[in-house]
Amino acid sequence: MSQGPYLLRNQVIADIDQIDVYEANQGYQPLRKALKEYDPKALVEMVKASGLRGRGGAGFPTGMKWSFLPNDGRPRYLVVNSDEAEPGTFKDRELIEKNPHQLIEGMIISSYATGAREAYVYCRGEFLYGAAQLKRAVAEAYQHGYLGENILDSGFSLDIKVYRGAGAYICGEESALLESLEGKRGNPRLKPPFPAVAGLYGMPTVVNNVETICNLPPLVENGPEWYRTMGTEKSPGLKVMSVSGHVNRPGNYEIPLSTPLRSLIEDYAGGIKGGRQVKAIIPGGSSVPVLTADKLDTPVDYEAILAAGSMLGSGGCIVIDDQTCMVAVSARLVRFYREESCGKCTPCREGTFWMTDVLERMEAGAGNPRDLDLIRDMADNIAGKCFCPLGDASLGVVVSAMKYFEDEFEAHVTEHSCPMGARLYDTVNH
Amino acid sequence: MKPKWQVWANEAKAEFPKANSALLPLLHRIQTEEGYLSENTINDVAELLQLPVPYVESVVSFYSLYFQKPVGKRVIHVCVGLSCALNGSDQLMHHLEGKLGIQEGQTTQDGEVTLLEAECLAACDLAPVAQVNLRFVAPVESADALLAKEVNS
Ligand SMILES: Cc1cc2nc3c(=O)[nH]c(=O)nc-3n(C[C@H](O)[C@H](O)[C@H](O)COP(=O)(O)O)c2cc1C
Ligand code: SF4
Ligand code: FES
Repeated sequence: MSQGPYLLRNQVIADIDQIDVYEANQGYQPLRKALKEYDPKALVEMVKASGLRGRGGAGFPTGMKWSFLPNDGRPRYLVVNSDEAEPGTFKDRELIEKNPHQLIEGMIISSYATGAREAYVYCRGEFLYGAAQLKRAVAEAYQHGYLGENILDSGFSLDIKVYRGAGAYICGEESALLESLEGKRGNPRLKPPFPAVAGLYGMPTVVNNVETICNLPPLVENGPEWYRTMGTEKSPGLKVMSVSGHVNRPGNYEIPLSTPLRSLIEDYAGGIKGGRQVKAIIPGGSSVPVLTADKLDTPVDYEAILAAGSMLGSGGCIVIDDQTCMVAVSARLVRFYREESCGKCTPCREGTFWMTDVLERMEAGAGNPRDLDLIRDMADNIAGKCFCPLGDASLGVVVSAMKYFEDEFEAHVTEHSCPMGARLYDTVNH
Repeated sequence: MKPKWQVWANEAKAEFPKANSALLPLLHRIQTEEGYLSENTINDVAELLQLPVPYVESVVSFYSLYFQKPVGKRVIHVCVGLSCALNGSDQLMHHLEGKLGIQEGQTTQDGEVTLLEAECLAACDLAPVAQVNLRFVAPVESADALLAKEVNS
């Protein structure tokens, strides 16, 4: 068995984005093994046995998702979600820019397992370089016989296409992504039907995150038992965590799941800048509740983070120091959802608009004592009342920040200013 | 309409099984050359892909990277997402506004630079982050350094 890193080998092997370097480091060997030693069903079983969960945010078991595809003879598609736009998340960018062949190999294995003959990567529009890297690597893979007709004499054929969005966070939501891939506005679809039944062009479709699919080559090489030597029963394996904010060494770190949050922040990311203290951590991208510093010993896995009051989400871990104003943090994030609301339903469109207004007003010292109740009221009118999860996602940080740092929110209205002096962070555009 | 747009439209249609899927790639390709998508361009694209004009218009207006008005030769996106804000992006934006003599959302008089806000660009480890014509420039040392390297060189 090889030694890690497994998903971020680009951090230790120079030029692994080049196909000859990738091949010289066992690249495309797992594909050979998959095509030779497994039939598609056995591969799906292997992914189920590994316990791999989707890395796009929801943590849905990948093998189970694959087995939902109806067996009705219609063409199937694999669509890889590289829309990565959840604030604080930047792992997929590194994975596609620095090691595109790993994703392509994972896609070929996944397509073989799920019976797809055509696969797409949907990159966010801003990933001009990432998409170019993927296109170049796809062309190399064709030249080397890993794509196209009758791959490595296995009888299996696959085409991969790289598609670029054009600036819209909502296109990360899988049904909006499929709309966008069909050349439409990125408005989410009503579910059910889920993409497995009616996805791209109405056909059965598997949508998976970039990192999820990148797990396939090491999984085939080392087997599901190996995967389960890391993490927990319900959260086995490896996770790439994106750590940013007030840390000394922001970056992507591949960790065995259930590594303590403290270790991620201190050992991997080098601790807090300037010797200050942790005030809050957003452990899974901007859509999840904040954790306070007393939760630093929480293991980073799906169940433990949930039990601590948040979610692992996309693994975008934003670390906030004790000099930072939580009203400003909340304002900035709710503003993000206001900008990115697709406008289809009223609670999300109007709610994020007014909530931003009130938070920015508070931060500017122009709030009034009723504003805290106003925010709670607006949150109640958004929660559970939106067409897609974006509306609820806008509440994760603000509602939890108000719970844990209520004094700070109150001080903004009683003192008519930001008690932190809005120093690190001048959010106000009034 | 430029003759090569027909060629590009056919290439995009050949790549994707349903003609609609050719729309975003074709718009990207044309905008990269033209700078923005004028009303005439939108009419042309609708014709090339046999789509209704209002449909193409509504798609164009949905996505923030399609421009319906002329932009500068260099479009600078400054990320104002949380991780960048924690690392000085708002100050960077204010400095750029001051140096360029424009507000966010505007283009300099000489047509050189358009300054825009971006939401998280998925490069938060390199905060503060900017893109110039969608090429990452990060971390940005200062407004002066960014302008010296990307605009005045
Ligand atoms: C508003 C919103 C944005 C999302 N953005 C992304 C994204 O950028 N990347 C991603 O992989 N999943 C994103 N998701 C989750 C996808 O809908 C989908 O669950 C995921 O791509 C499935 O892949 P997985 O099972 O491998 O995690 C988003 C969901 C929502 C509601
Ligand atoms: S919740 Fe927001 S993003 Fe989702 S459909 Fe409604 S308006 Fe659009
Ligand atoms: S917050 Fe600026 S790149 Fe993520």
